[in-house]
Amino acid sequence: MLKFLIWLIVAVALIALPHGLSFSQQEILVFLTINILVVSSYRLLTLTGEWSLAHVVIMGVGAYASALFTKELGLWVPVSMLLGGLTAALIAVILSFPLFRMKGFYFLIGSFAAGEIIRLLWKHFRDPFGGAKGIKGIDPMPDFSIGIYNFDFFEPVSYFYFAGFIVAICLWILWRIERSPVGLTFHAVHWQDKLAEASGVNLRAYRTLAFAVASGFAGIGGALLAHYIGTINPNSFDLDLMVFVLTWAIVGGTGTFYGPILGCVALTILNEVVLRELGFEQMRPLIYGAILICSILFLPKGLESIVQKFTKRRAKQ
Amino acid sequence: MLDLLAQTGLNAVYAASYISLVAVGLVLIFGVMGVINFAHGELFMAGAYVVVAVYADMHMPFFLAVIVGLLFVGFLGLLMERALFRPLRDNPLGGLVASIGFLMILQSLAVMGFGVRMEFIPPVTQHVIWLSDGISIPLARVYVIVASVLLLSALWYFLKRTRFGWALRASAQDPQAAELQGISIVQTARIAMFIGAGLAGIAGALTAPLISVNPHMGHSVIVTAFIVIIVGGIGSLEGAIIASVVYAFVHTFVTTFYGGVVADITGLALMLLVLIVKPTGLFGSADRA
Repeated sequence: MLKFLIWLIVAVALIALPHGLSFSQQEILVFLTINILVVSSYRLLTLTGEWSLAHVVIMGVGAYASALFTKELGLWVPVSMLLGGLTAALIAVILSFPLFRMKGFYFLIGSFAAGEIIRLLWKHFRDPFGGAKGIKGIDPMPDFSIGIYNFDFFEPVSYFYFAGFIVAICLWILWRIERSPVGLTFHAVHWQDKLAEASGVNLRAYRTLAFAVASGFAGIGGALLAHYIGTINPNSFDLDLMVFVLTWAIVGGTGTFYGPILGCVALTILNEVVLRELGFEQMRPLIYGAILICSILFLPKGLESIVQKFTKRRAKQ
Repeated sequence: MLDLLAQTGLNAVYAASYISLVAVGLVLIFGVMGVINFAHGELFMAGAYVVVAVYADMHMPFFLAVIVGLLFVGFLGLLMERALFRPLRDNPLGGLVASIGFLMILQSLAVMGFGVRMEFIPPVTQHVIWLSDGISIPLARVYVIVASVLLLSALWYFLKRTRFGWALRASAQDPQAAELQGISIVQTARIAMFIGAGLAGIAGALTAPLISVNPHMGHSVIVTAFIVIIVGGIGSLEGAIIASVVYAFVHTFVTTFYGGVVADITGLALMLLVLIVKPTGLFGSADRA
């Protein structure tokens, strides 16, 4: 009962949240919502101990696929978003054949190469990917009304509600996966790979499964992004964004489900809201970089360790 | 046709010489520190901006600027070792993120100091050596090739024939055993960072008049260096040099005949192919993965 009440309060707070923000902050809120899905799906992949540098490109696969499904086949936007996610998962399965021959730093850089190849293919083929200019005029979500609220998807508030709803469902599924026997096996694949293998776990199959599922959700994130901004190009999914996802996860901490989300929210607010509004436009990367270094040096277990300290102390009392 | 092939080959030799300087530095840092230095491309950029400041703006001699570039970036490397990699010795992923933070700092310092536009650097020499009617090489490129051969030979001698070199290789192979033999891990880390960063800096300084110097130039450099050290096998200096030559030739020839994007795809596909066939690179061993 208490748990239900807490979730109700969180939901109401999230629904009220955009009305207290400026227009540009509302737009940041939409991106933040999508990024939370991307970084959470990234955590599912890191559960098996592998750090990929292709995650953002895979997100782009979802975005391109979904955009093309609506543009070329005229599918209904939510359907093509789902298909975008499936396409991303499928590409991940194909990539897993070469990539899972590697581990550690080799995997890190191998995945980077695979991602760059996909990105360069978008750049090279003007048909159907639009070359360096990308795809423009992607159909937005069709407007609709649920009686008490009219969804007008040119408004960031409406899109925040829609994306928030989709992301909440995805996060719930990701959470369930992590708590399921499959999720526990992912942990085992990371920390006790020899033991897991000896007890009959097919390591490679589980690595591939984690990679595919994580990529599928990243693809949905990409599709949500594509139908919001209406235009995508190869540079929307470059190494810079990947570096952000990586740092969100590491600064937040990857020991818990909420760690990466915490990192994403904290660093986005810091970078997009605080530093931008303080007028440090040119010095923004400098300060962001310095904070990154400080947080790695002085908070090696991530922001989640602060929360854990706090909750542990309370549990003792 | 034969002229074009020979000319493209010469261009490839030039590309190989500065790529190998960058890649060898990256491998050296990885070998001794155990961390992938994401800011390595920005160290290259810092070397190029030293030339902008000392040679183009202050009108000092070019070779003085190159030496200053080597020392300045070498000291940046020492700074990174002390401030980032030493405290994060047991946390390679943390070292990676810290170097990303350092990359952002260097990039925005370049933007603040010099602006986002490309810098024009007056050519060091206009002299062009004509080998035949259709084949030529600018003298400025010859400087880069000669410097690269000299520096890499000196490094090879240092690593294989001096006590410091032995210490460095020992601590790269087994830090604990090396420490028990009385080798100071901190000292070898300092030397490796100074040399590794300095090589990137001197590569940037030497090539600065020949390429477009801008705050985001490090990006393509680090991508190339990644490909090269993977193909060569992470941790193998010889592998890095051989892979630099192979990559430079493939990339330059494909660029000449099919265009830049296809060349980039070919380079990356080559690297993936090597990883599929031999997941530790051509000259790498598994224990450092």
